Amino acid sequence: MSAPTHLAHQAPQGFIRKYVFSLDHKVIGIQYYFLGLFSVFLGISLSLLMRFHMVNPEAKVSWFAHLWPTSAAGGMMSPELYLSLMTMHGTIMVFFVLTTVPQSGFGNYFLPLQIGAEDMAFPVLNMLSFWTTFLALVVMVSAFFVQGGAPLSGWTAYPPLSAAGRITGPGQGMGQTLWIASIAIFCGASLMGAINFIATTVDLRCKGMRLMRMPLTCWTWLVTAILALLGFAVLLAAGLLLILDRTVGTSFFIPGGLMISDQIIANHKGGSPLLWQHLFWFFGHPEVYIAILPGMGVTSHLLATFARKPVFGYKAMVYAILSLGFLGFLVWGHHMFMSGMNPYSAMAFSVLTMAIGVPSAIKTFNWIGTLWGGQIHFTAAMMFALGFVSLFVTGGLSGIFLGQPALDLYFHDTYFVVGHFHMIMGVAAIFGMFAGTFYWFPKMFGKMMNETLGKIHFFATFIGVYCIFMPMHFVGIAGTPRRYSDFSNVEYLAPLMPVQRFMTHAAYFTAAVQILFLINLFWSLWKGPKAPMNPWNSTSLEWTVPSPPPFDNFAGVHPVVNHGPYEFSVPGAPTDFIMQTDPPSVTSES
Amino acid sequence: MLLAPVIWILTAIIAYFFAAKTWWFPPPINAHGIAYDQQFMRTLIVTGVIFVLAQCALGWVIFRFRDRGRPASHNHGNDRLETVWTSATALLFLGLVLTGTKIWANVHFDQPPADAIPIEVLGKQFAWSFRYPGPDGKFGHTDLKFVNDSAANPFGLDDKDPAGKDDIVSASLKIPAGKPIKLIMHSRDVIHNFFVRELRMKQDIVPGMEIPLSFQADTVGVYEVPCSELCGLGHFQMRTTMQVMSPADFEQWKIEKAQK
Repeated sequence: MSAPTHLAHQAPQGFIRKYVFSLDHKVIGIQYYFLGLFSVFLGISLSLLMRFHMVNPEAKVSWFAHLWPTSAAGGMMSPELYLSLMTMHGTIMVFFVLTTVPQSGFGNYFLPLQIGAEDMAFPVLNMLSFWTTFLALVVMVSAFFVQGGAPLSGWTAYPPLSAAGRITGPGQGMGQTLWIASIAIFCGASLMGAINFIATTVDLRCKGMRLMRMPLTCWTWLVTAILALLGFAVLLAAGLLLILDRTVGTSFFIPGGLMISDQIIANHKGGSPLLWQHLFWFFGHPEVYIAILPGMGVTSHLLATFARKPVFGYKAMVYAILSLGFLGFLVWGHHMFMSGMNPYSAMAFSVLTMAIGVPSAIKTFNWIGTLWGGQIHFTAAMMFALGFVSLFVTGGLSGIFLGQPALDLYFHDTYFVVGHFHMIMGVAAIFGMFAGTFYWFPKMFGKMMNETLGKIHFFATFIGVYCIFMPMHFVGIAGTPRRYSDFSNVEYLAPLMPVQRFMTHAAYFTAAVQILFLINLFWSLWKGPKAPMNPWNSTSLEWTVPSPPPFDNFAGVHPVVNHGPYEFSVPGAPTDFIMQTDPPSVTSES
Repeated sequence: MLLAPVIWILTAIIAYFFAAKTWWFPPPINAHGIAYDQQFMRTLIVTGVIFVLAQCALGWVIFRFRDRGRPASHNHGNDRLETVWTSATALLFLGLVLTGTKIWANVHFDQPPADAIPIEVLGKQFAWSFRYPGPDGKFGHTDLKFVNDSAANPFGLDDKDPAGKDDIVSASLKIPAGKPIKLIMHSRDVIHNFFVRELRMKQDIVPGMEIPLSFQADTVGVYEVPCSELCGLGHFQMRTTMQVMSPADFEQWKIEKAQK
């Protein structure tokens, strides 16, 4: 558990080695954070264009024509442009925001600090995984600029639509190829990161940092890394097979006897579209937990810190995290109830899916248990953690409908699904990121953020996201299919247009208030008051070092841990918190 | 602190719209649809109660345990509460799945009766076609090389096969009320999805596979069929209708259609 000597690299001097090709996990964490920040604003912008088009399908906007001379000729957005925005929105959000920020951003920065390590186990691999992610983002965004534009097959890229090439639609040529290439590169980056996280957690914990003394954040980063290792490996394989189908004429996913755009496809036979769905969702469902687990970790950590109470049922929380990770690999079929797979397997998948409700319920119960009897300090970070709990409950419960194949007979691919996964995987996870930002910003940048602005931003965002995503459940119940660029062709959708317009306005509002966050972030970076070492009276190891921490984290000292991570309000202790590194005599409890 | 009333108000608004059914399902048109709606309501009640309780409890602890200068209590949890809570959730959720099992089984495990009316469904970018076997009860031979959409031959009927002479091809689905129907579904290019709200049913149509779907519709009317699996740029336009007719009207329609 002691830090190996190869880690004792010296602080680099040049700008390039210090800030660009840095080996320091803290710099790499910040690089990931800003990559995610760029991506989330790109992703949100795409969704606003989509929301605009859905309620104004005929509108002519002159700058659309400048941006997309062919797919928005005359300023009117074409259906293929809408679908390409949708595909890129989903892909950028899932891969470059939800996968990147909670794990690679915060995890990179704080895992070594919280377990008392000088750096990640493999600093070079760490640098490589960031720059590989960067390359993947460049390749992904470049799909907008090639002939035909970005692909239109959605973030799930179901073949044959994604496999048969240009013939299935604009964007399905070069755009789709770049999309798959980007995903494959991203898989490589994630695998490198996953190995690093696992090795670091297993090998580099400081003296006394037993597994059961790790903050819950570290547990979620560890389990997320294991999920990423197993999930992205399968997606990488699937992506390579899909590229082969497109470029060298194999038929892994393309069956025989197809006729597309009046052309008989003679050179493919024997492939299975369902094979892709199995491989994709074998990755895709664990991906949901990759996105949300770190948010759960941050939430648990913050609720304890700001309620000044130990986490209720720490052990149960650890087991819940482990079982969420394990069960996450057994339920991919619930995305495929309507796919034409053997209907008997749906029974098994649905029972396993309901089993996920159990660890989820443990988490919710324990969060409320943590708050019970507490002394809650309403910091902006805490508000976002509390918001996370509310959104997690709301988004989780709609899953009880979708996990039943009988009810999925109607809800599959309706807006009910869109509402469900945006609530839980989208905004709940993003609330985890906001919570992490407000909590850790002082440590990362040595400055405090503005609390008042943070709380205004919180309330506006919290109400805003409910106004966007809750009505989606209702239009879903009324039968609105997802991935429609225009609702005017189906008669029964006309009466729902006022609800669609309401959601669009809520989206404009919610996106606009994110400017408050940007102002807060950049203003605080520049002018924020200087942060002390431990502004929140937290207990974990990152708060025992200066803000920001020195290059090798603990300035050559090897920390020794004597206490569990959440020793708040211990009777008889001089303060209401006991640092993990405090001497054992502070209290008789461990 | 302000967060507590915000959570309560949001919860109340959401609960109101679920109770008022402002935006809701259309009425069902068969026994499956009625069973479906019952299962939905069971699930809504269970999740609705948990939703309201959990959100109200969250709001309550936020309100009750706000910082008023009193130190927090110190405890690490309660294993018995944990066990009770976990078992209760497990039983509740598993119970819900099991009560819905029969609905799924009726749709997917039961064989359609021998007299079910076979109709072939073809999905292609971005249109639907339906084929009836005609009086001889046999579908004619088809081949992709005979496909000609502009000559109303989307299935590629071989005009040399006598069994195909009387096949009826239609751009919308017509079925008799109260009779078992057996759809045999194919796609020519990419994945599509057959969805009728009033039937409470949908099914992906996967190229390279033959996917059956059996049902019965009891209420005469015209119902929309919007494609429900992303199939390309015209996905939103891939719409047709399912018309449920009285059996006499259906026979009449077939006769008229065969003469054309």
